[in-house]
Amino acid sequence: MAIQVELIKSIPYFSGLSPAELDSLKGRIFETTAERGEFIVLESEPAAALYFVISGVVKVFKTSADGREQILQIVRPGESFNDAPVFDGGLNPASAQAMGPVVLYRIKDSDMGVILRTHPQVALNVIHVLSQKLRHLVSLVEDLSFKHVTARLAKILLEYAGDGAGPAKPRLTQQEMAAMAGTAREMIGRSLKQLEDEKIIRLEHHRIVVTDKEALKKWAGVVE
Amino acid sequence: MSEIPVIDQERCNGCGLCITVCSCKSLVLVGNGIAFIETGNCGWCTWCEAVCPTGAINCPFEIIIEER
Repeated sequence: MAIQVELIKSIPYFSGLSPAELDSLKGRIFETTAERGEFIVLESEPAAALYFVISGVVKVFKTSADGREQILQIVRPGESFNDAPVFDGGLNPASAQAMGPVVLYRIKDSDMGVILRTHPQVALNVIHVLSQKLRHLVSLVEDLSFKHVTARLAKILLEYAGDGAGPAKPRLTQQEMAAMAGTAREMIGRSLKQLEDEKIIRLEHHRIVVTDKEALKKWAGVVE
Repeated sequence: MSEIPVIDQERCNGCGLCITVCSCKSLVLVGNGIAFIETGNCGWCTWCEAVCPTGAINCPFEIIIEER
């Protein structure tokens, strides 16, 4: 499909450009698609390009040596991924996988260099976008390094756990648990997985079943 | 109590991102909003909730303690 100026305009990297400037970018942007589960970028491989999501959703993540996954960003339409290697010439810092059918716009690193030199507004936009990404990652580092998210989650689970008797306790979404624990939703998913791996809870469709209440209390720091 | 994701139609902007990530095909666009179908297929992966840009989808968990 032909590259559409209206879609380029919706990308924050290119906001503030005139219609003529946007039109001039068309020759340097290529459309590509991916199906659900397809890897678009692989961690530690040489970078080929910078990508913008036009439709669909892409997951950007790191994988540990033992196969655990840490999601860094859920990329929605208009947003970019694999930005850093295009600007610093390094390898891909993380992998990117399509979460469903996706349409992407792709710009090669050499073309991005030309765009930056010929359109200073784009350079300012890039600084703005990268600053926002830096803030998000710094916040994630804080959560991963200093906050005992699993302990807070354990407290929340104990507080909201029903025992079958008495009034029903409110159900909680992962977003609500994140807000209560003062963390990001991604961290709640990670902590739930940790508790499940330790056989303290079991995830059953829409239920979180606490299978080892004493171990959960230990996590929560509850002393009796 | 309901065992399907809860969709707030007032918040839903009909962008359809949830449909693209739903591996069990339980979501469809009806008019300007998202509707949930074929409830038996939903695996409660909660990705629809995670990607929704307006927070219109909720996948709440009931938390229960298993007696030993």
